[in-house]
Amino acid sequence: MNSAELAEFRQSFSGKKAQASKRWDDLNTGSTPVVYVGAGSCGRAAGAMDVIASVEKTTERIKVKARVLQVGCIGPCYLEPLMDIRKPGLPRLSYANVTAKKAAEIVEALLGRGEMLKPVGHFGEQAFDGIERFFDLPMMKPQVRVVLRNCGIIDPEDMDHYLARDGYEGFLKAVAMQPDQLIQEVEASGIRGRGGAGFPTGRKWRTCYEQKAEQKYMICNADEGDPGAFMNRSLLEGDPHAVLEGMMIAAHAIGASRGYIYCRSEYPLAIKRLNQAIADARSLGLFRCFPNFEFEVKIKEGAGAFVCGEETALIASIEGKRGSPRPRPPYPAVEGLYGKPTVINNVETLGTLPNILRNGASWYAGHGAEKSKGTKTFSLVGKVKRTGLIEVPLGTTLRKVIFDIGGGPINDAKPFKAVQTGGPSGGCLPEAYLDKPIDYENLAAAGSIMGSGGLIVMDQETCVVDIAAYFLDFTQKESCGKCTPCRVGTRVMVDILERIKKGDADEDDLDKLERLGETMSKGSLCALGKSAPNPVKTTIRYFRDEYLEHIRDRRCRSGVCKEFITFTINAQCTGCAVCLRACPSNAITGLKKEQHVIDTAKCIKCGVCRSVCQFDAVEVKSP
Amino acid sequence: METVTNNREQLIPLLQQVQRREGYVSHEAATRIADQLKIAESEVFGVASFYAQFKFYPPGKNAVRVCLGTACHVRGGQVLLSALERDLGIGPGQTTKDRQFDLDRVACLGCCALAPVVTVNDEILGQVNPNKLSAAIRRAGKSKAPARGDERESDPAEDGKE
Ligand SMILES: Cc1cc2nc3c(=O)[nH]c(=O)nc-3n(C[C@H](O)[C@H](O)[C@H](O)COP(=O)(O)O)c2cc1C
Ligand code: SF4
Ligand code: SF4
Ligand code: FES
Ligand code: FES
Repeated sequence: MNSAELAEFRQSFSGKKAQASKRWDDLNTGSTPVVYVGAGSCGRAAGAMDVIASVEKTTERIKVKARVLQVGCIGPCYLEPLMDIRKPGLPRLSYANVTAKKAAEIVEALLGRGEMLKPVGHFGEQAFDGIERFFDLPMMKPQVRVVLRNCGIIDPEDMDHYLARDGYEGFLKAVAMQPDQLIQEVEASGIRGRGGAGFPTGRKWRTCYEQKAEQKYMICNADEGDPGAFMNRSLLEGDPHAVLEGMMIAAHAIGASRGYIYCRSEYPLAIKRLNQAIADARSLGLFRCFPNFEFEVKIKEGAGAFVCGEETALIASIEGKRGSPRPRPPYPAVEGLYGKPTVINNVETLGTLPNILRNGASWYAGHGAEKSKGTKTFSLVGKVKRTGLIEVPLGTTLRKVIFDIGGGPINDAKPFKAVQTGGPSGGCLPEAYLDKPIDYENLAAAGSIMGSGGLIVMDQETCVVDIAAYFLDFTQKESCGKCTPCRVGTRVMVDILERIKKGDADEDDLDKLERLGETMSKGSLCALGKSAPNPVKTTIRYFRDEYLEHIRDRRCRSGVCKEFITFTINAQCTGCAVCLRACPSNAITGLKKEQHVIDTAKCIKCGVCRSVCQFDAVEVKSP
Repeated sequence: METVTNNREQLIPLLQQVQRREGYVSHEAATRIADQLKIAESEVFGVASFYAQFKFYPPGKNAVRVCLGTACHVRGGQVLLSALERDLGIGPGQTTKDRQFDLDRVACLGCCALAPVVTVNDEILGQVNPNKLSAAIRRAGKSKAPARGDERESDPAEDGKE
């Protein structure tokens, strides 16, 4: 491409952007009302598609023209399905936990009769009619949205929305720089990889940049295997172009002309939107818009193996092999896909880059903590009131996240016990750590890791022994089996933990677990095996008394470990017979409207009765 | 060289195509893929068996998958599995005799904020309880799953407790 062609591209891009901005302004200020429905996979699971159908039917019935947009998820998942309406003259209003019926009522009232049913929040700047600003809601206010800035705001399948919000400006800045200068900028921002290990992104790029090779590769790791984490899914579904733009910036820095996105197949909507984004970016000419830039990217679907999130296993999987890790060094930056220098970055790392380029390294470094710059997304789930996807500056305390943003434990009568960070590779942290700022170093010192951002809150009804057994069972099943410490170590750990849960263990078993943990951490080939003992180590370190209770007293204070608990029905029972019909083992008897009884000999302690009883009449007890 | 490596790169996508179209990887399909890529059939199975996505037996008509990811585990995924085991009369990894239902466990569907989560075919159900689940199962197949709990169409949780 010569300079004339370059000038031509610049001009056509500006033209396209101007057009996009016009469409975007029209959407936001035009005379046609707009209904926005959060329709990511999570929103759909909550019933978003029924809401959309109902809105469309209603507008047709009351003969009002309105545009219905599917947007990504904006974060407070516990409010889903979320539906916003912008009616000319009013700020965008947000309605929560909308059903098809409620949606019809809201739309008919506002767009039909001009009457506003009370929303949970609005998107205006000023105070409005006693309604809170959406971004001032307790869950939203402490957040700083950088990588999530477009999620829930734009239509992820409409590239114009992305362009209107300065999409690809970061890339255009980056591609005008020399790679070396670009890498310096990213180094200066202080950003560290968001996929788990927290390796400085700029430094990784520099290693790859310095390699001499005729072919290099840029890979986006969208495997998100941590069970209980969905940050990457939300970003891919809500703002796919941001991730693609990040990849293009990275590709320019390291000199890669080929890219791959390795996305888990459990995320079909993310894959569909990525495909769309790639096609749109290609047809706009972004993939070959500069003399020194040429890019092509392919999506590879994962096939259901957690270990394939590990970078060397991921590479093997793309090459069509079994996804087993290999020893490092050589690191992929030196010898990666097909033996060529390759950078692998996480979805969130990449999605953040356009913001760093647009706003500058020092702007980004102004957020966050001393050694952990910037913001980080977390999926806040488990026993917490306000579940969802959040983004906060690193250095925020766990207490602020769990209590201010999350609203604390789900049930006030059942206090907070622990929070798991870092998924199966992370640790379970007790109350004493709540006031520690979240950063890479603090979490490591506590025996956990930052990981990709799963935060699972546990209350008094979560048993830490059960949680440790749960994670080890997970890693045991997902171990690729290549190295002995991991393959055998995880199995032995599961056995011991199961024995503790059954009351067949003694105190020596705790030492055994700890010793075994050391062996695995030192001897395993990849981080899966190295970090697998973390949930066990941390629960023993912080909750030793609970382990001892299981071993010595055959007691599970959380009412989880089946060997030690009994189910009974108390006087709150109204005799509704819901539990009787639900019991898988026909252990419940009782006359209509009279207190029911559980036959403990027949009861298999599955907990179904307790989950279906509407009157809290089923109790679980441990001696 | 390039074509050879690229050929091999097609292995997993081809397996995925077959898995999606036929619901499992049959012996014939594996042979076909091996021929097409000019690799040994044992290679095809060697790779396929590594990945949980690939099944080697024909599936039932409806797929029910219970999430036992961490968020769902903590919020009672196991309870749902127990309820399903009794409704369908099978354990995870099995197919009902009438081939109407497959029951499986999965590790996270990415809708953790709505835990516990179950999928029935392509539909993701969030914040499920055993009653809501039964209704969904009954809808999916003219299943023999008995009506569970209250016969009302609405979810008792909605007009009862939280
Ligand atoms: C068992 C295992 C699973 C992993 N899973 C993921 C994953 O799902 N997504 C991810 O980005 N990184 C994952 N990683 C980390 C990657 O190996 C790699 O460090 C990361 O993708 C680098 O990107 P970053 O520098 O942007 O963080 C995993 C590592 C291990 C050991
Ligand atoms: S540590 Fe585990 S997962 Fe990693 S290579 Fe060894 S056996 Fe495989
Ligand atoms: S715990 Fe399960 S088996 Fe026991 S009474 Fe309740 S429903 Fe029946
Ligand atoms: S609103 Fe969708 S992940 Fe939360
Ligand atoms: S843990 Fe069940 S959907 Fe994530």
